[in-house]
Amino acid sequence: MKITRNEYSDMVKKASPNSPLAINCLWAFVVGGGICVLGELLYGFYRNMNFINSDARLMSSITLVGLSAFFTGLGWYGRLAKKAGAGTLVPITGFANAVVSPAMEFRSEGLITGVGAKMFIIAGPVIVYGVLASVVYGVVLYFILPNMR
Amino acid sequence: MRVIDLKKPVAITAWSCVGGKKEKEGPLAAGFDMLSSDDYFGQQSWEKAETAMQKYSLRSLIEKRKLNARDIDIALGGDLCNQITSTGFAYRDYMIPFGGMYGACSTMSLTMATAACLVSGGVVNNAVVGASSHFCTAERQFRTPLDYGGKRTPTAQWTVTGAANVFLEREGKGPFITKVCFGRIVDLGITDANNMGAAMAPAAVATLTEYFIHSGKRPREYDAVYTGDLGLVGSRLLKQMMEKEGFPLENHIDCGMVIFDNEKQNVPAGASGCGCSGCVLAADILPRMAAGHLKKILFMATGALLSTTTTMQKESIPSVAHLVEIVADKEDL
Amino acid sequence: MLIKAFVVGGLICVAGQLLIDLTKLTPARILVTFVVSGVVLSALGLWQPVVDFAGAGALVPIVGFGHTLAQGMERAIAKEGLTGIFSGGFTACAGGVGASLIFGFITSLLARPNSQS
Repeated sequence: MKITRNEYSDMVKKASPNSPLAINCLWAFVVGGGICVLGELLYGFYRNMNFINSDARLMSSITLVGLSAFFTGLGWYGRLAKKAGAGTLVPITGFANAVVSPAMEFRSEGLITGVGAKMFIIAGPVIVYGVLASVVYGVVLYFILPNMR
Repeated sequence: MRVIDLKKPVAITAWSCVGGKKEKEGPLAAGFDMLSSDDYFGQQSWEKAETAMQKYSLRSLIEKRKLNARDIDIALGGDLCNQITSTGFAYRDYMIPFGGMYGACSTMSLTMATAACLVSGGVVNNAVVGASSHFCTAERQFRTPLDYGGKRTPTAQWTVTGAANVFLEREGKGPFITKVCFGRIVDLGITDANNMGAAMAPAAVATLTEYFIHSGKRPREYDAVYTGDLGLVGSRLLKQMMEKEGFPLENHIDCGMVIFDNEKQNVPAGASGCGCSGCVLAADILPRMAAGHLKKILFMATGALLSTTTTMQKESIPSVAHLVEIVADKEDL
Repeated sequence: MLIKAFVVGGLICVAGQLLIDLTKLTPARILVTFVVSGVVLSALGLWQPVVDFAGAGALVPIVGFGHTLAQGMERAIAKEGLTGIFSGGFTACAGGVGASLIFGFITSLLARPNSQS
């Protein structure tokens, strides 16, 4: 072989097509924004049903999660995500999709070793590091800030 | 690495292939023995589906050649599932001595080359070789659950849902396998598991270059030089590198670029998987050789020897390519 | 409010898309980055103004999940003190995670994985 790893790395970069950035961003913007609008509409709906502010927010999140699960089950969420990219990944519906899709996928390996064990295989890190970050904040709030005053 | 010149050419006397929904919509559909609109092939899981697909292909081969399974001396085959279960399970209902071989997407030419040596050397009279891949078993094993929403990168290739088998015999009217060349492992440091073509192209270059140097043959002596599944990016890189090595390829065809209509079927980077090269061989190349449209070809499938574990450990991707020379008539030897 | 939610939510998703396309970060890493950023931004008091401005546009993206976690931690510590450090995060995300778990389980019973083309 008359080629070094570095030379090859450059060749690969040139030969590989880039992502169509503008189109991808447009899709992400429209779909992601659309899901947020849906969240806002649901919030208004639950407020009208006399839920208090925080409960209305929670109910609209739960409804989005439910809708995401429904459309994931039909195979539509994945299809939309092929185009929408981060537009379907970043909203809470993407989190729900990350829980529902492995649950469905590993149903063939049983309810315990499949669904139960694999359900959080993708979303797990989000929970782990989200909670850990909040714990760090908690430590700061409880131990450090009071002593600074 | 050396070129093995088979003293006694090995006849390819039958071939078969089975594919799924996307393959059914592709340009080579007419060459398949069976195509299923249901990627589950009527089964309960994707793994069972892949096994069923292999069994359909095997049954079709046995029927075509009017074989009795007991007359088959050995079967060599493999797939992409962990512990190559799709293939092993497909053979559990048959009384055929079976050896599983893992070569990732190089499996088709790996098993062909190995079996050709056995048959040519008179160790066995005949052999079945085969390979399969299934989009859904590959996705769930190597990437993410099928319904997980993710965008494919522009270099990501599409795993073919397909199983192919070829029957090799000491006697027969051909086409014939005349030379084989086992490749060495090559790794030029690619770590992106979504750019397999780039990872595998250097292995293809290594095997082809060695083959041309040691056999004294030149690319233009062949009607076509087929690679397995380099796809769009890998094919580009192969051409550039072969030019540098002094063996420019003008008649290169990548199986991963012909099994689908890349534009219409929305697979811009092309196809991949063990079943890709196998199905193109059985659905397109061998029929055309039998009909006299192709006289002499090279068939070289390439494999990326990674696992999800090595990817997570940030290893680069070692690859390999195995080559067989196939000629249509004995006069062309 | 709807327009504000659309624009802010959309822009956060565009930021995610840029990270996917321009960096080597995998989607899982991007989500973790967003959640942790949400906790940090909220802790610094920078996210509540965005929520007041854009409502669901700031809450529905996964950054809002981090905001919820941080707020939950504040509440838990105010109410329970030391033990709040351990329970605050999980309590705050219980609704969203619980809903995902419940609907995920139900869906796994009702639907089979779908092949793609």
